[in-house]
Amino acid sequence: MNFGVVVFPGSNCDRDCFDVVRDVLKQPVDFLWHKEKPNLDQYSCLIIPGGFSYGDYLRCGAIARFSPIMEKVIKFAEKGGLVIGICNGFQILLEAGLLPGAMMRNTNLHFICKYVDLKVDSVNSPFSSQYKKGQTIRVPIAHNEGNYYIDDAGLAELKKNDQIVFRYVTNPNGARDDIAGLVNKNRNVLGMMPHPERSSEMILGSADGRPIFESLVDWMKKHG
Amino acid sequence: MFQADVEVMLKDTVADPQGITVLTSGTALGIKGLEDVRMGKLIQVKIEANNSEEAKNKIDEFSKKLLTNPVIEHYRIGQVVQL
Repeated sequence: MNFGVVVFPGSNCDRDCFDVVRDVLKQPVDFLWHKEKPNLDQYSCLIIPGGFSYGDYLRCGAIARFSPIMEKVIKFAEKGGLVIGICNGFQILLEAGLLPGAMMRNTNLHFICKYVDLKVDSVNSPFSSQYKKGQTIRVPIAHNEGNYYIDDAGLAELKKNDQIVFRYVTNPNGARDDIAGLVNKNRNVLGMMPHPERSSEMILGSADGRPIFESLVDWMKKHG
Repeated sequence: MFQADVEVMLKDTVADPQGITVLTSGTALGIKGLEDVRMGKLIQVKIEANNSEEAKNKIDEFSKKLLTNPVIEHYRIGQVVQL
């Protein structure tokens, strides 16, 4: 039930993710440096953390997507391994083509750093089974490019396949259809802009993000 | 050595929050008749190649693979100049 946290130059939420897995979930976890091509078979879940990989140059996630480890991450995901991309991690997964759509600049052109309310729209995923459908949770966002874009056909597809996991109650960034987090068609890759690793302990103001990690542990117990 | 500019723009179907803000600001400054502002990137590339066609093909590959995200952007390669 090993977790791996991928670290890029400019990642800054890697420690938070690591600490949540190790200290809150009490699960084994390793850091994985982006320049390596490790054997990922021993891992059940990879976390692509937030931050500003490669300074967000060119487009957010565009350079990190070509880091040596990403080739392995893509294969891992294609074989059904669990991958969660948070914030910049979400942007990297979009650039890598593991999730559909693209990320645009927030409509108000501000870097937005605040707690937002999310509605849990799908509990049918390894990432959200510990929530109740329709439940409202409070999780912080901190991003400049969280304005999710997908074309009409793509959006229809997401809805048809129940791929939208989290929606903003009040849209902060212009994201299409209020989308804050979604899974791929195979439901083993989640991308989300809000930060569950910053809201997994009450001492940080909210523990509403913790069920995401607990859902993962629960899923791994059931599926090996 | 060859050089060319790659112009990257958001697709017409994609809203451009920066462009809209600049348009609003320009109108507020009293610039009359402003209809639309779209913002993009200009990326200047220098590349070694045997001829300009090869240079253009290589820049095209570079543009497709890294410089643009085809979900939201399109690009145009300007004149390839030999240096």
